[in-house]
Amino acid sequence: MDIPYTVAERPDTGLNNVKLGIWLFLASEVMLFGGLFSTYVILRVGGVDWPLGAEYLNIPIGAFNTAVLIGSSVTMVMCFASLKLGDFAKYKTYMGVTILLALTFLVVKFFEYYEKVTHDHLPSHSTFLAIYWTMTGLHGLHIVGGVIVNGYFWGPGSKLWHEKREMFENRIEAAGLYWHFVDLVWIFLFPVLYLL
Amino acid sequence: MENVTTAEHVSQAAHDGHAHDEHELSFLRAYVFSVDHKVIGIQYAITAMFFLLFGFSLMMVMRWQLAYPGAPIPFIGNFLGQANAPGGIMLPEFYNQLGAMHGTIMVFMGVVPLAVGGFGNYVLPLQIGAPDMAFPRLNMASYWAFFLGGVVMFASFFVPGGAANSGWTSYAPLSVIALEGQTWWLVGMIFLITSSLLGSINFIVTTFQLRAPGLSFTRLPFFVWAQLVTSFLLLLAFPPLEVAGILQLMDRVAETSFFMPSGLVTTEGPLDISGGGSPLLWQHLFWFLAHPEVYVLILPAMGIVAEILANNTRKPLWGYRVLVASVIFLGFMSFIVWAHHMFLTGMGTTMSAFFQTTTMIISVPSVVILSAFFITLYGGSIRYNVPMLFALAFLPMFGIGGLTGLPLGLSAPDLHLHDTYYVIGHFHYVVAPGTIFALFAGLYYWYPKATGRVMNEALGKIHFWGSLISINVVFMPMFITGLVGVNRRLYDGGMQYAHAQEVMEWNAVMSYGAWALGFFQIFFIINFFWSIRNGKKVDDNPWRATTLEWQAPSPPPHGNFTAPPEAHRGPYEYSVPGAPNDYSMQGQATRA
Repeated sequence: MDIPYTVAERPDTGLNNVKLGIWLFLASEVMLFGGLFSTYVILRVGGVDWPLGAEYLNIPIGAFNTAVLIGSSVTMVMCFASLKLGDFAKYKTYMGVTILLALTFLVVKFFEYYEKVTHDHLPSHSTFLAIYWTMTGLHGLHIVGGVIVNGYFWGPGSKLWHEKREMFENRIEAAGLYWHFVDLVWIFLFPVLYLL
Repeated sequence: MENVTTAEHVSQAAHDGHAHDEHELSFLRAYVFSVDHKVIGIQYAITAMFFLLFGFSLMMVMRWQLAYPGAPIPFIGNFLGQANAPGGIMLPEFYNQLGAMHGTIMVFMGVVPLAVGGFGNYVLPLQIGAPDMAFPRLNMASYWAFFLGGVVMFASFFVPGGAANSGWTSYAPLSVIALEGQTWWLVGMIFLITSSLLGSINFIVTTFQLRAPGLSFTRLPFFVWAQLVTSFLLLLAFPPLEVAGILQLMDRVAETSFFMPSGLVTTEGPLDISGGGSPLLWQHLFWFLAHPEVYVLILPAMGIVAEILANNTRKPLWGYRVLVASVIFLGFMSFIVWAHHMFLTGMGTTMSAFFQTTTMIISVPSVVILSAFFITLYGGSIRYNVPMLFALAFLPMFGIGGLTGLPLGLSAPDLHLHDTYYVIGHFHYVVAPGTIFALFAGLYYWYPKATGRVMNEALGKIHFWGSLISINVVFMPMFITGLVGVNRRLYDGGMQYAHAQEVMEWNAVMSYGAWALGFFQIFFIINFFWSIRNGKKVDDNPWRATTLEWQAPSPPPHGNFTAPPEAHRGPYEYSVPGAPNDYSMQGQATRA
């Protein structure tokens, strides 16, 4: 009756259902952002003129946010490692820090957006700003999604640790894979939009 | 409980948990927000069949305008609204809405949800001996995302200016400057894409992880292979369309210019936009999805046909390994043929040469699959039951659709044929008498598994022969009008064009074919609902089939199998020399 391999690995594939599922989801996400980056390339190559990112965007702020996200990826790894070592209190701390860093990113991003709006640098201003708003906006939504998921596992979802430890570890691993992916997208977005 | 007899006790135990579970589930949990793959499969199938009928009805109304341009539509014309059809005479704008929504509904809300959501959900877990899908709650979310997408699309007919009217392909910049309905279309598409995404992850994980012991990849029924490859196509091809949808939404709502070139002028003067976008980009992103989508439409159909052919020829499917290799190759190649839809856009001869080469290559595995199916028939003792009739009809119909596609895949003849009725004839032969016939075959074939009863044979045969003849009356003349050069999107069917005059009489013929086709579907609808209660009762394996789903009770209980299934042999061991029966079930240890 129970669905097999929700927690344990299937011997011949070497995977549990959650891990295969999250990797497939990330594959589709690669196609999603791949489509956006392709759009960026096509529009830029086909455009008459294209501004340098620095003409509109603040590189130090972008660099700060990049550091924040990379930091949050590190703490995400630490929280998963703490779980594997059986240290639930440390898990709580590291997951909390990950969420705080993500919120920091969002707050900084909000002020960046706010500054754009006040200067009338809206998506309708030019194709560069259009793709900037779209790509960072979609990435921002992914961050918000990650904060919700991580917040759940930090708060009410963490009860699962006491009931089904291995299942909880698997879920944190999946959440971690997603978080690293979102981080990785930003690592591409920052140079493409801000520096090039 | 003390005084129950042993026999009753055993039968109670056999039902154990499920009966118990079902009692605890409220009506809402058991039938509406169910997480059981069988209920979700049926929900998908019923919803999709409703949309197929609705999408087809749109076309039946359009066919009146094509047959008798400018004449008031009898009876139905009174209900279309003064804004759409004053005095019962259809306006061109409304015709365009119906055309765009016919395509959208049939592809994204009809055929794919029935073939993948319906059959995939219901049959795939049973065929691999799984208790359910890997992620049941995700499965439910997938259905409800599809349902919401359907509601948004349906509702868009009632917004000011009506539904989307820029074709199912929504080419920019026309779609960007279109009325509000287009925004609804984009939002609806985002729901439908989300649904596909959740579904495809679920199918792939289920196939990889939940196969019964002994069911190795070389023992998977071909249907499962077809669904697996389809799921990969959905997983990887839909996100770029989602990107395209988001970008078009930005163009419409945030006034960006992703698809809007500089200097665009409409009847209201020059547009106030930043410009610099690329209309061609939309086409690339759209067809990057929509070509794999063609294989999403056809592969599950091939899977269904394979099951039914092997079962009713009482022979193993010919060339199983070749078929599997072909279907994987088809899936891979389908990602690099998309621009053969764009030969006329001026993207350049180098690009055209590349894409016509890949298009010719992709026809090879399609031909291999069809040939293997034909060879399967050779020397078989064929049973001509209703599912088999539909499956047999699939072969020549898909053959016609495929072969007429070859001239379209070569850029030189495509220059003449592009956007004519020839194209409409071509892809409808693939999807309508091809895929939809295969879906009917599957409905008749697996109906006894879902209900424990077979559908009426006589009504089924009337449905089949009526549909086969009338559907050819609809689509065969399209090749004639298309070769003459009649454009596919003309509101009056080409009446104003000199070159179309000689073939104008075919318009009425095609319309009569379409209405006759609609008439013969009534037999199916009656049969489908009547047989739920009144069909002939049959045992768990009425077709004497081999695959695992026929080992489960009909209808299968929650959790599907009474004992954990195990596969002992390949999927198509029919007429094995020396075996006591002409079929050896996959799940039985000794041949019986």
